[in-house]
Amino acid sequence: MIRVCTVLDLPPGEAVRVVAHVPIAVFNADGELYAVDDTCTHQDASLADGWLEGCWVECPLHASSFDLRTGLPNGLPAKRPVRTYPVVVRDDVVYVDTAVQDVA
Amino acid sequence: MRTIAVIGASLAGLRSAEALRAQGFDGRLVVVGDEPHEPYDRPPLSKGFLLGTTDRESLALADADGLAALDAEWRLGVRAERLDTSTREVHLSDGATVVADGVVIATGGAPRTLPGTRALRTLDDAVELRAALTGGAERLVVVGAGFIGAEVASTARLLGLDVTVVEVLPIPLGRILGPEIGAVCGELHLDHGVRLRCGVGVEEVSTSGVVLTDGEVLPADVVVAGVGARPETDWLAGSDVAVGNGVLCDQGGVTNVPGVVAVGDVARWSGQRHEHWTSAAEQAAVAVRNLLAGATVDTHDKPGYFWSDQYGVRIQFIGETHLYDEIRYVDGSAQDRKFAAVYLREDVVVGVVSMNDARHFTRLRRQLGTAALSTPN
Ligand SMILES: Cc1cc2nc3c(=O)[nH]c(=O)nc-3n(C[C@H](O)[C@H](O)[C@H](O)COP(=O)(O)OP(=O)(O)OC[C@H]3O[C@@H](n4cnc5c(N)ncnc54)[C@H](O)[C@@H]3O)c2cc1C
Ligand code: FES
Repeated sequence: MIRVCTVLDLPPGEAVRVVAHVPIAVFNADGELYAVDDTCTHQDASLADGWLEGCWVECPLHASSFDLRTGLPNGLPAKRPVRTYPVVVRDDVVYVDTAVQDVA
Repeated sequence: MRTIAVIGASLAGLRSAEALRAQGFDGRLVVVGDEPHEPYDRPPLSKGFLLGTTDRESLALADADGLAALDAEWRLGVRAERLDTSTREVHLSDGATVVADGVVIATGGAPRTLPGTRALRTLDDAVELRAALTGGAERLVVVGAGFIGAEVASTARLLGLDVTVVEVLPIPLGRILGPEIGAVCGELHLDHGVRLRCGVGVEEVSTSGVVLTDGEVLPADVVVAGVGARPETDWLAGSDVAVGNGVLCDQGGVTNVPGVVAVGDVARWSGQRHEHWTSAAEQAAVAVRNLLAGATVDTHDKPGYFWSDQYGVRIQFIGETHLYDEIRYVDGSAQDRKFAAVYLREDVVVGVVSMNDARHFTRLRRQLGTAALSTPN
């Protein structure tokens, strides 16, 4: 488990980047928390810097969108999914469980 | 339509082929490209590939499965030499002729050349340039401080060369980014120990180096010219397709000839030729839809977007800077080389630029065309 931040530090519409085995981006999509690999599977861009809309994040470099629930891109130029991780909130602190990695 | 020929097998051509299949075209699809390579990505050629951190494989725009799924006939290493619009024949350099009822023109641009210099447009150019830069050369002169010139300078600096950039205009990139931001881009070179000579032209390139119009001689082992590209329309000479600084199209990529559309760097949509990756990729689906419909049923009017990576700084820009009256910094500062700013014309956001600030850029680009400039968080 990796400590991300407090719940207060991650209000709806925001994202936080933490460094685990790889950088991980944690999003608050209208109250639901999601964690995915931060680096886009297309080229070198940080998804935490992207545009969050519903449970999709649009990559800030070439605008592929990733479904935060599955990690799957909606279309080109990204072709591969980002890994997703469970998010746990305990005592108002947000954690990411990096032991469980899902690849759609 | 039974046969569609896509001429040009790079980004715009590949995306067109993909869009044709995605939109249900199940006829014969022929893709002609004069480079011997399967479609590859050009932006890394001046960045990671030239540096040696991006390998050949990762340049591929589509993998083997993706290409196979297109069920296309690939004519690579073959040039389209002539289009006969009356017989709908495309004549190829290997003597073959393709008769097609639909044609997608995706022939991109050819770099303007300067005698004695190298250009960087293709994978082969990049392989040769990398060999030259890593083969004992010590001094590089780059002619032209546009994006490709600046990226080559930045990469060569990382490879340990002594680099000078020569720009004929008083400020680099001034025409695209405006004088203020152009000047900041110029400072990036100086930050990293690259000399920048602006407002001076090149008289000639000789064996001793680059002779400038003010008489100075810059000694050089390698000289690269990044002085723009002209649309590859030569092969359309004698056809009925209207050309003028690119293939003239409407806002949907449709040319004056029925069944002929144009996309990417070669295409001039409603008077605008975008020479950027994203527009080349996006135009394809629109032009193909119009080609299949036989009329302009869809248009593309998204503002032009591009990025550039130089000296560890990512520059992003969207919109236009023509006739703006103010630049407003929304976050960060130019001195820190980390900022996001908007271009305003009569208080309306007409452009957004950032350096190393994708986060604010992503939010600000949504405000294009609006007057309400709320500060993003
Ligand atoms: C070094 C470099 C770095 C770049 N970096 C960036 C960047 O960071 N950001 C950005 O937004 N854009 C960048 N670009 C621009 C971007 O790569 C282009 O906008 C994009 O490649 C345009 O795609 P296209 O398919 O229209 O044209 P092209 O990529 O030019 O492809 C045209 C293809 O058609 C072929 N062809 C030409 N004539 C014929 C013929 N008669 N018959 C058959 N085939 C023909 C050519 O050989 C070529 O393969 C860069 C370009 C270069 C060269
Ligand atoms: S880097 Fe994310 S879409 Fe290209």
